[in-house]
Amino acid sequence: MSLELHNITKQVGADTHIHPTSLVLKPGSFNVLLGTTLSGKTTLMQLMAGIQKPSSGTIRFAGKDVTGVAVQKRNVSMVYQQFINYPNFNVYDNIASPLRVAGMSSAEIDARVGKAADLLRLTPMLKRRPNELSGGQQQRTAIARALVKDSDLILLDEPLANLDYKLREELREELPKLFAGREAIVVYATTEPIEALLFGGTTAALHEGRVTQFGPTSAIYRTPRDLVTAQVFSDPPINTAIVEKRGETMTVFGNVAWPAGSARSLPDGRYTMGIRPHHVTPEKAAKTSGAFTGRVLVTELSGSESIIHVEVGGSTWVSQSHGIHAFEVGASATLHADLDQALFFGANGELIR
Amino acid sequence: MSKTVNQKAWWLVLPVFVMVAFNALIPLMTVVNYSVQESFGNNEFFWSGTVWFQQLLADDQIHESLLRQIVFTSIVLAIQVPLGLSIALCMPKKGPWVSVCLVLMALPLLVPWNVVGSMWNIMALPDIGLLGKGINALGIPFNYTRQPMAAWFTVILMDVWHWTSLVVLLCYAGLVSIPDAYYQAAKVDGAKPWAVFRYIQLPKLKHVLTIAILLRFMDSFMIYTEVIVLTGGGPGSTTKFLSIDLVQKALGGFDLGPAAALSIVYFLIILLMSWLFYTLMMRNEAN
Amino acid sequence: MAKITLRNLRHSYYANPKSDDDFALKKVNLDWQDGGAYALLGPSGCGKTTLLNLISGLLVPSEGEILFDGADVSRLSPEKRNIAQVFQFPVIYDTMTVYDNLAFPLRNRGVPEPEIDRRVREIGEMLDLTKTLKNRAANLTADGKQKISLGRGLVRSDVNVIMFDEPLTVIDPHLKWQLRSKLKELHQRIRRTMIYVTHDQTEALTFADQVVVMNNGQVVQSGTPIELFEKPRHTFVGHFIGSPGMNLLPVEVKGGKAFFAGHEVATGNAGQYKGKDSGLELGVRPEFVSFATSGIPVEVTKVADAGRFRIVETRAGDRLIKLIVPEGADVPQGSAHLAFDRDHTQVYAGGWMVGAEP
Repeated sequence: MSLELHNITKQVGADTHIHPTSLVLKPGSFNVLLGTTLSGKTTLMQLMAGIQKPSSGTIRFAGKDVTGVAVQKRNVSMVYQQFINYPNFNVYDNIASPLRVAGMSSAEIDARVGKAADLLRLTPMLKRRPNELSGGQQQRTAIARALVKDSDLILLDEPLANLDYKLREELREELPKLFAGREAIVVYATTEPIEALLFGGTTAALHEGRVTQFGPTSAIYRTPRDLVTAQVFSDPPINTAIVEKRGETMTVFGNVAWPAGSARSLPDGRYTMGIRPHHVTPEKAAKTSGAFTGRVLVTELSGSESIIHVEVGGSTWVSQSHGIHAFEVGASATLHADLDQALFFGANGELIR
Repeated sequence: MSKTVNQKAWWLVLPVFVMVAFNALIPLMTVVNYSVQESFGNNEFFWSGTVWFQQLLADDQIHESLLRQIVFTSIVLAIQVPLGLSIALCMPKKGPWVSVCLVLMALPLLVPWNVVGSMWNIMALPDIGLLGKGINALGIPFNYTRQPMAAWFTVILMDVWHWTSLVVLLCYAGLVSIPDAYYQAAKVDGAKPWAVFRYIQLPKLKHVLTIAILLRFMDSFMIYTEVIVLTGGGPGSTTKFLSIDLVQKALGGFDLGPAAALSIVYFLIILLMSWLFYTLMMRNEAN
Repeated sequence: MAKITLRNLRHSYYANPKSDDDFALKKVNLDWQDGGAYALLGPSGCGKTTLLNLISGLLVPSEGEILFDGADVSRLSPEKRNIAQVFQFPVIYDTMTVYDNLAFPLRNRGVPEPEIDRRVREIGEMLDLTKTLKNRAANLTADGKQKISLGRGLVRSDVNVIMFDEPLTVIDPHLKWQLRSKLKELHQRIRRTMIYVTHDQTEALTFADQVVVMNNGQVVQSGTPIELFEKPRHTFVGHFIGSPGMNLLPVEVKGGKAFFAGHEVATGNAGQYKGKDSGLELGVRPEFVSFATSGIPVEVTKVADAGRFRIVETRAGDRLIKLIVPEGADVPQGSAHLAFDRDHTQVYAGGWMVGAEP
């Protein structure tokens, strides 16, 4: 019962919203669509659901062609960023609504609603209306409604974005548990790399309407196929610099010489190097490291970590490290980059090492 | 977002299309037909080309009623829009008085056109009407059946009474939808009430005002029933607006051809003015 | 610029509050130094926005007073308090250019044009808005609009305090950290008093020198980000700050020593506990728990990869203990032992840290 997209595209007027995309989503899988706002996450989800029709390509579900089959005719649930519930229904009726539409018996409805409410810890609020609930509870109701009808495909479009930080954390932990052991394909759209990582599962990185990479989440994070994927999947953004590699050394920021690190075996030449902020530290930590001195733009201390923004070679680099490292604005700071963890990209942006 | 895949909804719209065709498209086509033909009864028609239109453009009577119509609409807009906006600004934004004010404002809109005409007809009578007698009691001679100025005054007052509420309600809906943060920011920025109006309320009401002015323009430009009931176009023909002229031509003189031509010109004037106004208002948006 | 003092400040949205529950803000006393960066942090409904509106003058307190440099301003209107505020949703004057938006507060106060021009250009430069000064403000992106809101506060030289009400809500995550560090940078450059209200711990901790954690209309703890992280005075702070929050475990204290499930645990404060042994909790952050050869026996149940670290869930009996393991470090499978960092392990009685009760 997998969902297969074959070369689907979406063209609206002269704009291409989705470039040719092929994905196979397996039953029972948790898939994250990761990308910035307007990268095409919502469009891709709507194409999967049948809310929009692709301009070309085919969509198959369980081997059957469902391209152009309307969402009403497919067993799909959706949860949105805004808390969407029926305002004049109480929680019970909200959760029960898709079952009533399906014409289920009231005993069966009662059992199913009870179970879903239990899972989402809504049992004490079943008689309340949405406007008497907190944001977290409203979103739980919406999720319960999506769960209750045993959909084949459950789409969650940034469902946690409008919640308080701590509630977000709580629901983030619960969500995979809710879907575990179900046949349904879950697709979860988010702008935050950390969410994708914590859910595990598989991730599709999106950039400007293109799926740049699709695969197991940690594999994409550690070995992104190209620079764009690495940028999508890094928060704070991955540090980049052009390096000139010659033998055992490479030149960075124009005039700083570093050991070649993980680029050792690469042919001599010019590459774009990417190093994630947590691999740049104020103290020398790695076996192979490269030091550089930059002008401090700002230091953010979060209690357990220091985030130092420095200007070096005309660009901004960010270091994220454990402990407290306070630097004055404008002071010069010497930082060390872990070169064994550096990624190297070729001229057209693809990962070389 | 783009269109949905589901095309079934068109069937639901079909009845509306049929109705629009019956009460708008077909009559319009008939009018177009009439405007280029001559008929001597017996359902016999002869092609007459643009004769009626040429005649129309040379007709002094029509020029006068068109001018009257434009003056009337301009005055009505000049009074109703600022007045409606001011009333909306004065209305409470929350509390028990909100619903009281809204009901009061909605009342005139619920009164049928012909009743409005009759009401003001009686009200302005110089001998027994509250308004007429009142003004005369002040020592100002007032008789709308004789004095053109008095007739105009009564017609305008009646339209203001009947329709200002529409502007009020539209503006009020626009005003309450402005988030509190704007007013708070203005306070913090030290803005005076005038600046709050000029830089927050007015820009945020732009769309609502555009709609209000368009509605009031179209409605007042086609005013008929109330004036017919109140003054019948008199005294003389001093309150004979374009619509009254049109009806007299079509029904009174049974000049179907000229009346049809006038209808079309009338329609085009309204369409053109509305389009001009709308594009002007919306052009600012783009820059 | 001013030093801000809150004295016995209470506020209720009811005309005649009866019980303590009727107060959205329950007795707050705080002293904020001139030029500091402060954050009010708490979940929705904790009273942080009420407190902000009281300071800005959009609300008048039911009781208590607000002092700016010792002068009572509790009943002054917002414009008389000389404050600036950036709202959750960007507030800009749509019809004006960026330049006119920035000049607006100065023009309202009758500042001469040459002075306005100088200030607006200076602030425009600071906020990287120089290139867009002539553009219509309505056409800017959300982060650009928020910069303008901030700029309208910065142009005024007489501003006592600049307040931020969850200013990054509508900003895209990848721009969020840019604007966040821009704010921090500005504060470090101009040293004006700034108060930042948020539910997001990362924003609060990275922005502020001093964070005030609120819950249920009360201040739970006010301290530097390091204090809040390392020594949370209340279990709420331990839970609310940190991701994941602090581990809380049932504990017994006997003769000044703490015991969890029969194992002695070295703590920073068990020796100070004098009361009866009931309702005690042991608090230790996942960052201060590590795998060891001996210690508390646990079963590893789940490992979540967060990229630069891993969050490991373990079970000791029916208790869940989380720990954070750096990228690349080994995580044992099945049975393991845990060690807690003594200096960052505290005993809590009735929610409050033993030895630091209010």
